[in-house]
Amino acid sequence: MFAATPLNRRSHRTQSLAKAVFFLMTVALVVPVLVIVGTLAVKGGPAISWEFLFTPPRDFMTAGGILPALVGTVWLVVVALLASVPVGVAAALYLSEYAPDNLLTRTINLAIINLAGVPSIVHALFGVGAFVLFFGIGASILAASLTLAVMTLPVVIVATRESLQAVPHAFREACWNMGATRWQTIRKVVLPNSVSGILTGVILEVSRTAGETAPIMFTGAAAFVAFLPESVFDQTMAMSYHLYYIATQATDVPERTTYGVALVLIAIVLLMNAVSIGFRVYLRGQKKW
Amino acid sequence: MDSGPPAGLREGGSSPQAAGGGRGDFAVETRALNLWYGDFQALYDVDLEVRRGIITSLIGPSGCGKTTLLRTCNRIIERLGYVRTTGSVYVHGHDIFGDDIELVQVRKRIGMVFQRPNPLPISIRDNVLFGFKLHEARLRSVSGAEEDEVLESALRQVLLWDAAKDRLDRPATGLSLEEQQKLCIARLLPVKPEVLLMDEPCSALDPAGTEAVEEMIWGLRGDYTILIVTHNMAQARRASDECAFMLLGRIVEHGRTEELFLAPRRSETSDYIEGRYG
Repeated sequence: MFAATPLNRRSHRTQSLAKAVFFLMTVALVVPVLVIVGTLAVKGGPAISWEFLFTPPRDFMTAGGILPALVGTVWLVVVALLASVPVGVAAALYLSEYAPDNLLTRTINLAIINLAGVPSIVHALFGVGAFVLFFGIGASILAASLTLAVMTLPVVIVATRESLQAVPHAFREACWNMGATRWQTIRKVVLPNSVSGILTGVILEVSRTAGETAPIMFTGAAAFVAFLPESVFDQTMAMSYHLYYIATQATDVPERTTYGVALVLIAIVLLMNAVSIGFRVYLRGQKKW
Repeated sequence: MDSGPPAGLREGGSSPQAAGGGRGDFAVETRALNLWYGDFQALYDVDLEVRRGIITSLIGPSGCGKTTLLRTCNRIIERLGYVRTTGSVYVHGHDIFGDDIELVQVRKRIGMVFQRPNPLPISIRDNVLFGFKLHEARLRSVSGAEEDEVLESALRQVLLWDAAKDRLDRPATGLSLEEQQKLCIARLLPVKPEVLLMDEPCSALDPAGTEAVEEMIWGLRGDYTILIVTHNMAQARRASDECAFMLLGRIVEHGRTEELFLAPRRSETSDYIEGRYG
């Protein structure tokens, strides 16, 4: 009565096959990550030392460390954040909490999606045209960071808007019905409950900003600057551009140095992602609804 | 739906007055109130007079416009954006659709309670004092002692003080649904509203919770005018002084609750309360 029919058996075979295919795809996804991190650790690990991290390069990049590039990347990321977070969060607040659903709002949303799809090299050329030349800032940390900020703005806006919209509508209604204005509602209820999502978006933006090369190579990054930047109007070295330079332009750079730079860069990005995930887990635990 | 009920149907409602009414004898008075959601008309010439200090229930089948009417009484309905109204709503004699009306004041004086309790994700104390801080504490300095007084008085009025007094600083979301709904009513009281609008306040509660909240609402009678939407006819019958029956966006009949249930004047009303539709 309950014996399997040929049709049942065929269904089970198809189902097993599907499971196997999906598993293989998942493995295929993980393998490159392991190979990249493994190769970098094995080949670049020996290059890492206090001297490598805390001294400038010497002898046409073939010796010494990466300090100016590390410091430069920090400058670029911080200035880009200062530019993009206020603009992005304000725009997301407007779109999520104030904007009526009309043609203008839909057009703005479309523009944001398109901005996210623009290739980074196009952002780079835009940065040269707008910030370096038109506004006359010149190639500098400021111009490079503004270019990075424009590029990552959609990430901030989308992440912020999503976390704002994750706040239950009932909270807003409760506030409005007690006579709170939209701004009072945002400040007292919406923002405190969405700040974890917004910060997660910001940290993801940081890791992307730290790794980008194209947008900074014409706008403010230099192959070699012996001193550390002192203001946003200086040019600077940066980790991503330094890696590009020693891998393709400089000669006689020891292989382990190249791998070492790549390892440090990827470590920074992974570290930031880990912080972001840990932070999200922590804040989600704090939530009571 | 477009053909509408016969012309005589409205006579069953409160007697319509000449336009420009608003005598102030009533807590809430609507005059020829029409409301559209886009092209759909949800309210037709609603004339409702809600007497002060009593509980008036609004009953009727789903989609008849009860909640729409309730939400028009503090103009929260406008948040939807695609809503259009004609006619007037007077609260204590003042047209809340008038030119010099401040919506913040409207919503402060006309509080609203929802189907699902919606406490804010903050402490019990902060929930109760939320509106008070928003409206009072910004005008003058309020001492901690006064805040405590306001807090206790509000929680006592909703019969929640004994249950909540030892955990005032704990999150409000940790309360039971029944307690949450009481809290949602308590947080309206510190700003001294004239009218409380309640949209099926017990529909998310179990029978014991329903009874407790009904009892509490009955206790607020006299101090506040309460307009309550309910699907539960037994609740309307036992917990309201007056009752209005709505059908297809119109008030069909409005009168004293026991009269409406025992001797309805309109056949639509008797059909509904006998459960022939709904």
